[in-house]
Amino acid sequence: MSNVLIIAEHDGSQLNSSTAKAVSCASGIDGADITVAVFGSGSDAVANQAAGINGVSKVLNVDKPENAQALSAVLAPQIAELAAAYDYIFGPSTTFGKDLMPAVAALLDVEQVSDIMEVVGPREFKRPVYAGNAILTVNVPDGSKVVATVRTASYKAAAEGGSAAVEAASVSAALPSHTRYVELQSEQGERPDLQTAKLVISGGRGVGSKENFDIIYNLADKLGAGVGASRAAVDAGYVSNDMQVGQTGKIIAPDLYIAIGISGAIQHLTGIKDVGTIVAINKDPEAPIFEIADIGLVGDLFEIIPQLQEKI
Amino acid sequence: MKTIMVCLKRVVDYNVRIRVKPDGSGVVTDGVKMSINPFDEIALEEALQIKERGDAEEVVVVTIGPSDAQQQLRTGLAMGADRAILIESDADVSPLAAAKVFLKQIEKDSPDLVILGKQAIDDDCNQTGQMLATLWQRPQATFASKLELAGDKATVTREVDAGLEVIEVDLPAVITTDLRLNEPRFVKLPDIMKAKKKPLETIAIADFGVETSPQITAGNWAEPAGRAKGIMVEDVDGLIAALKEKELV
Repeated sequence: MSNVLIIAEHDGSQLNSSTAKAVSCASGIDGADITVAVFGSGSDAVANQAAGINGVSKVLNVDKPENAQALSAVLAPQIAELAAAYDYIFGPSTTFGKDLMPAVAALLDVEQVSDIMEVVGPREFKRPVYAGNAILTVNVPDGSKVVATVRTASYKAAAEGGSAAVEAASVSAALPSHTRYVELQSEQGERPDLQTAKLVISGGRGVGSKENFDIIYNLADKLGAGVGASRAAVDAGYVSNDMQVGQTGKIIAPDLYIAIGISGAIQHLTGIKDVGTIVAINKDPEAPIFEIADIGLVGDLFEIIPQLQEKI
Repeated sequence: MKTIMVCLKRVVDYNVRIRVKPDGSGVVTDGVKMSINPFDEIALEEALQIKERGDAEEVVVVTIGPSDAQQQLRTGLAMGADRAILIESDADVSPLAAAKVFLKQIEKDSPDLVILGKQAIDDDCNQTGQMLATLWQRPQATFASKLELAGDKATVTREVDAGLEVIEVDLPAVITTDLRLNEPRFVKLPDIMKAKKKPLETIAIADFGVETSPQITAGNWAEPAGRAKGIMVEDVDGLIAALKEKELV
């Protein structure tokens, strides 16, 4: 049996789907017995959501005021303490997990496997390097704990329908006070989160201005889509950086991605490699985005999008 | 503050198109342009701006790498760093081993701030800064897009998936940089000449007494799988029909 501990990502009330994706990855390990650890303050609801993920056999709820915010310096010592009973300690490869898991690995004095995209064997994993331009197979030696982040774009969320037991867990690790949460500023509003949306509509430099981006927002709101942007659109000041899709922004994997006025620089394509279906709308028939698009349409987005908005 | 330490990594330049060797033993690096990891360049720029504001006395650049990594340190000195340290290692070291070695150097130089890139663009690990902060038992502020110093504290804005998170940390601390923290300066010719006279110390990695042989081993390297060829449609009706066929609308 392989005991796996997965660190849940949540915002205090909602479990992030990155957790169920990490469960999917861990299910690929032979004989995996999966425990999800929830660190929070008043985190019963999140723990119950985690208990409902198929494939999870137990949820540990570490509920204490210090865990109200996910600060790596505070969570890592608690995880390292719980890790004694586990062979594998996984977190999602989101900014939450990327910040946290190397600290856990350092406390356990083991190297970390970043961005697992495929479990080849119990100690053998594939991961992308060079911005996804090469895929490297790595081996973790026998007897060593496996600390890893899971590339969420490579996995579908494990289904709901489980009924794992939730246990309150206590830890005794001393927690530092040298790092303090101040605030979270978000410009995303009420639209679906890019990382979890099934449909994402993105605009690029071709959209032309901050005001013109309304055409993208309107279509997205009609379809219930998340809104993204290319780096060019971010750099031009049309939208905020938390909407950026690509190597230097978010790597996403919705079922459907509609790229509007995006030429398709390599750095953008890196962010959408795992999308189910890519639709490209661009006035330039030579735009590189058409080389990877599943469905391409050449034309003026200011004519096409209103029609699409009306007919779809 | 007295000293800011910036950790640099020598990597394949970001403009180089990466090719996997046919035998799957790695990527082609012979004759390929090497540069400072772009995120580390941002780290150095931030340190230099802090010094230029009068908030730090010196900026030290440190790298772990082969003898040729002197080139990247010289570039760092030309950008404005005061001195450089090459911890010489012909073998690649893991982020954990790098963090242990950097910690030994920190114990010598006692920096008030350590800044480095959030990840290197070769192995894309995104681990070294977090591991260094943890082993040093000091705060970490990863993915920084804004850094403000006030006395013995720093307020850092972090680029996280949900937006921008602001945290406050006590110094000394480890900061890892995201792309939007600043735009690194271009190096001018007179600065390159001046950099030749700045101190560059070389230390063999073995002198640190840290176990650096890798735990995790690299196996096969492969090209990523490509996407299947798509179709072109003529108009919006064609697009909607194609989406319906795939049961996406």
